[in-house]
Amino acid sequence: MRIHRRSVLGMLSASALARGQSRPALLIRNARVVPVSGAVLAKGSVLIEDGLIAEVGENIAAPPGANVIEAEGLTVYPGLIDCLSNVGMPEPSASPAGRGPLTPGAAPPPVSRGPEDRPLTTPWLKAADTLRATDRRIGTARSAGFTSAVVFPTSGIFAGQGAVINLAGETAGRMIVDPAVGLYTTLATNRGGGFPAALMGTIAYIRQVYIDAEHYQLAQRIYKENPSLARPAYDRALEGILDARVTLFPAVGAREIDRMLRLTKELKIKPALYGLHEGFRRVEELRASGAGLLVNLRWPEAPRDQDPEDQEDLKVLELRDQAPATPGLLAKAGAKFAFSTAGIDRPADIMRAVKKAIDAGLPQADAVRAMTLGAAEIFGVSQRLGSIERGKIANLTVTKGELFADGSRVQYVIIDGTKFDPLPEENPAARPEATR
Amino acid sequence: MKLVIPALCAAATIWAADPPMVVQNAEILTVTKGKVKGLMVVENGKIKEIGEKVMVPPGAKVVDASGQYILPGIIDSHSHIAADSINEGSISVSSMVRIEDVLNPDDVSIYRALAGGTTMANVLHGSANAIGGQNSLIKLRWGKKADELIFDKAVPSIKFALGENPKRQGNPSGRGVGAANVNLRYPATRMGIEDVYVEAFTRAKEYRKSWQDYEAKKAKGEAAIPPRRDLQLEPLVEVLEGKRLVHVHAYRGDEMLMMIRVAEQIGFKVTSFEHVLEGFKVAKEMAKHGAAGAGFSDWWAFKIEAYDAIPYNMAIMTRKGVLASVNSDSADTIRRLNTEAAKTMKYGGLTEEEALKLVTINPAIHLKVDQYVGSLEPGKDADFVIWDKHPLSSYARAQQVYIDGVKYFDRDQDATQRVQQQAKRKGLLEKQRAEQRRQAPTAGAPQRRPQ
Repeated sequence: MRIHRRSVLGMLSASALARGQSRPALLIRNARVVPVSGAVLAKGSVLIEDGLIAEVGENIAAPPGANVIEAEGLTVYPGLIDCLSNVGMPEPSASPAGRGPLTPGAAPPPVSRGPEDRPLTTPWLKAADTLRATDRRIGTARSAGFTSAVVFPTSGIFAGQGAVINLAGETAGRMIVDPAVGLYTTLATNRGGGFPAALMGTIAYIRQVYIDAEHYQLAQRIYKENPSLARPAYDRALEGILDARVTLFPAVGAREIDRMLRLTKELKIKPALYGLHEGFRRVEELRASGAGLLVNLRWPEAPRDQDPEDQEDLKVLELRDQAPATPGLLAKAGAKFAFSTAGIDRPADIMRAVKKAIDAGLPQADAVRAMTLGAAEIFGVSQRLGSIERGKIANLTVTKGELFADGSRVQYVIIDGTKFDPLPEENPAARPEATR
Repeated sequence: MKLVIPALCAAATIWAADPPMVVQNAEILTVTKGKVKGLMVVENGKIKEIGEKVMVPPGAKVVDASGQYILPGIIDSHSHIAADSINEGSISVSSMVRIEDVLNPDDVSIYRALAGGTTMANVLHGSANAIGGQNSLIKLRWGKKADELIFDKAVPSIKFALGENPKRQGNPSGRGVGAANVNLRYPATRMGIEDVYVEAFTRAKEYRKSWQDYEAKKAKGEAAIPPRRDLQLEPLVEVLEGKRLVHVHAYRGDEMLMMIRVAEQIGFKVTSFEHVLEGFKVAKEMAKHGAAGAGFSDWWAFKIEAYDAIPYNMAIMTRKGVLASVNSDSADTIRRLNTEAAKTMKYGGLTEEEALKLVTINPAIHLKVDQYVGSLEPGKDADFVIWDKHPLSSYARAQQVYIDGVKYFDRDQDATQRVQQQAKRKGLLEKQRAEQRRQAPTAGAPQRRPQ
């Protein structure tokens, strides 16, 4: 019987952080340090002060009063970042964004008659505003070695703005690293009737919105200079569309990659593409595009209980076979990328999926980079997260055995300088799947 | 890790456009310049020379087509293959949507159409609304990316639709009227459809004027906010200016007359009536307006408005001076448009050349690309098909299909590829099953059952 330790707080009190008191320094000593931004230190130390990395090196003396962790035999990585996660996010509501609640007996929402009705458009929504610090999944993600996550509202065509969050903090506000890192879009259609009802309607709508957003800025500027002109109307759907640091577009298949690269080039948007399962057919195009690349780790699988008579398209079979090779091919071509974990609920499955990519040719170091600095770069927080460097936020993942190696395990994570031990492991027998 | 190139794409890469190519000993059906028994020289994707005796360029690749026939690639002026969506049916004026945005180069219908001798297709928006979306004229370059299918010399065009479909009040989900959550869209009658055109073009004219007013103010140095670019109205302004072709889905003669009247009042030209089952009733008026008639040879009675039809339609329209063409509207018929054209010889007595024109130069003319495609003439794109028998015979099979001088279909190659693909499929399926077995819960001790 495994001993269950309920405490998740380590040696430092998080409430001390909340009160703004200065905390004792923390030195992790004699560990194998993988800074990602530089060479691996076989026997290195990391000094943490006030939640930031104060020093990284081979011989660091402990400052007076510092807590010292002997980490001989352990490996220290930058904290892992879980991209396009739903950790801390509320369950998606049943009604599509922008159409109001569907309460029984209430009048149906007005049907969208064109782009002017701004269907499925809520770019003002911020993931940062809906973050719940009490979400139990936060602890689970930490236990798997994640210290940060990138979360977005995901419902609608222009769904909303994402945040980079740290997976610890007494309040939601304390967890936020950056409240506006980009805009999330989907190619959703309007299922309740109304525009847009088809993929090409959605694309035409996206095109019109960018044209409108530019016109909006121009009109506001001309009006400001000439207040005697007719006043342009305020439109919250257009506020901020052009200011997004990066705009996310879905692209799973090769032709979807082509399509989105073409559209974003036409509209002069700085895109990040998410999905990319058929990226193995578009490695050079993806590398050359300069787009942020988020390879989804939910690899395509054969449907369960498939009709054995089904003659599946050869391309579908190839996709299933080769999707996990995409990250390795991107790495080999020198393209920077990160992983998206959208659609995977259990952090352990995330690690399993990364291992599949490693088995298909992704060097381990590139896998680590994708989950740390690669993610931080796409969302514009690489000055603060993603590597073990002086001045960065003290987010670390400490393992026994190398990450992704068989039998390795997460010993603890450090978030904003605070140490967190993993939650007690689930008893596998209690999982319903295991008893089937 | 080795990249797998789909076997079917291989054909496109093996035969590059250079060096020059000569097809010899064939019966060349030029369509516009009669028949030639001789050689055709292709260079840089274009036809260089056709004749009984021509200079064979040194180093040319020689294709022997003894006893075979060469016909220009068939042009299907009405198709819905190779697109991930067809109808934006939520609104009655969906002129902002573009088939070009959703082209699907992986659609196997492209390859099947090639195997039937078709090299070009006008991929149209559907007929769900009075003013549909923007069409895309593509060459069937199987194995290429979406962008590489688009014919760069195409004249922009748009789809309009009359009759039952656009008055169905919009069912984007495809459910019938009265189904839950139906999108009740104006119009519900044929007179409403007429009104949609009048209203939309009235708005388009106002839109054009708003830009003219703005330009005038700007020229005078006055401060002004430019109008917003409206992607719905811009294509309609292009129609008014004659820069965008109009293909109108229509079955009934009275509707075609309405469309001609409305178009002439508003000030634009109908490029073609599509389906045009009752074209024989209004051929004179069509010819006077200059509208082409592009439809089926003998397919009708699939709905009320499509009942009053005769197989002599194409021949009657041709004799009355209408530019007629036969098209498919179907991923099935697109594979045998040569046979569809042949039917007009039996019904209506068109000549061989007139019949061939229905699926080659005539659609090219109404799509305004006849200077590039549609016949075998020096200077035109080398889009051609080698048929084993005369293409108007039911027994004819396309043997080799070339676009811009590049071979995209070869019947012998196809047979080899089928075997290769089967082997590859088998390998991948076995690998997948092995993976599934590996991941399945290990069979441990037999499960205990409740007693």
